[in-house]
Amino acid sequence: MAIEVRVPTILRSYTGGSKIVEGAGDTLTALIDDLDAKHSGFKGRLITPEGNLHRFVNIYINDEDVRFLGALDAKLNDGDSITILPAVAGGALGFAAAAALLGR
Amino acid sequence: MNSVLTIDRAIVDAIFAHARRDHPDEACGVIAGPAGSDAPTRFIPMDNSARSQTFYQFDSMEHLRVWREMDDNDEEPVVIYHSHTATEAFPSRTDINLAGEPGAHYVLVSTRDPGVDEFRSFRIVDGVVTEEKVDIVDAKVDA
Repeated sequence: MAIEVRVPTILRSYTGGSKIVEGAGDTLTALIDDLDAKHSGFKGRLITPEGNLHRFVNIYINDEDVRFLGALDAKLNDGDSITILPAVAGGALGFAAAAALLGR
Repeated sequence: MNSVLTIDRAIVDAIFAHARRDHPDEACGVIAGPAGSDAPTRFIPMDNSARSQTFYQFDSMEHLRVWREMDDNDEEPVVIYHSHTATEAFPSRTDINLAGEPGAHYVLVSTRDPGVDEFRSFRIVDGVVTEEKVDIVDAKVDA
């Protein structure tokens, strides 16, 4: 089962600079585990230590935000295309949780 | 990496028009440009899905649509801008922690003073903020 994954600039240090990588898995969790096996450290940028999708990472299956498809439990099919985008967000006041959520 | 943002006056004006219009909420958007050019040419105001006076976030579906469009046009997000509406035009800790486009110029404007246009540009890479010079030029663009 081949799933195409589009990798944002900020995560290409894990993929040897590749913009598109291929992975496998019948759920988003399985796919991310597969990607992490090939590109060590990748998972930690997408999933919190508690095992949830990072609030400030958007993952799309084809044209849908996975948050509307069951998040990490979202089902994948052969030929699906995954896009990962770091949320574009910020703001004037300290958003105390942001740093913690990002694990920085 | 360039330490100067060269940007057209018409685009700067469009950013301020957007920021003043959405004040006191923060406004945000992108200026796309041809990949590798470092030239911001296409003004794309975005929705602030947070609709907040202290926080902004691109709507996730609009974000995908615009990033695909840039990909199809062989463009990049050359500038990512947002407004601070009660504080200076300088990246907050939140801005720094969440900055996810290392190739972009992060433009901050402030609308705290109705009579003063504060416009500053920064690189934010791996949590390190570097302010850069801004060169506002007069040229004809479709902003």
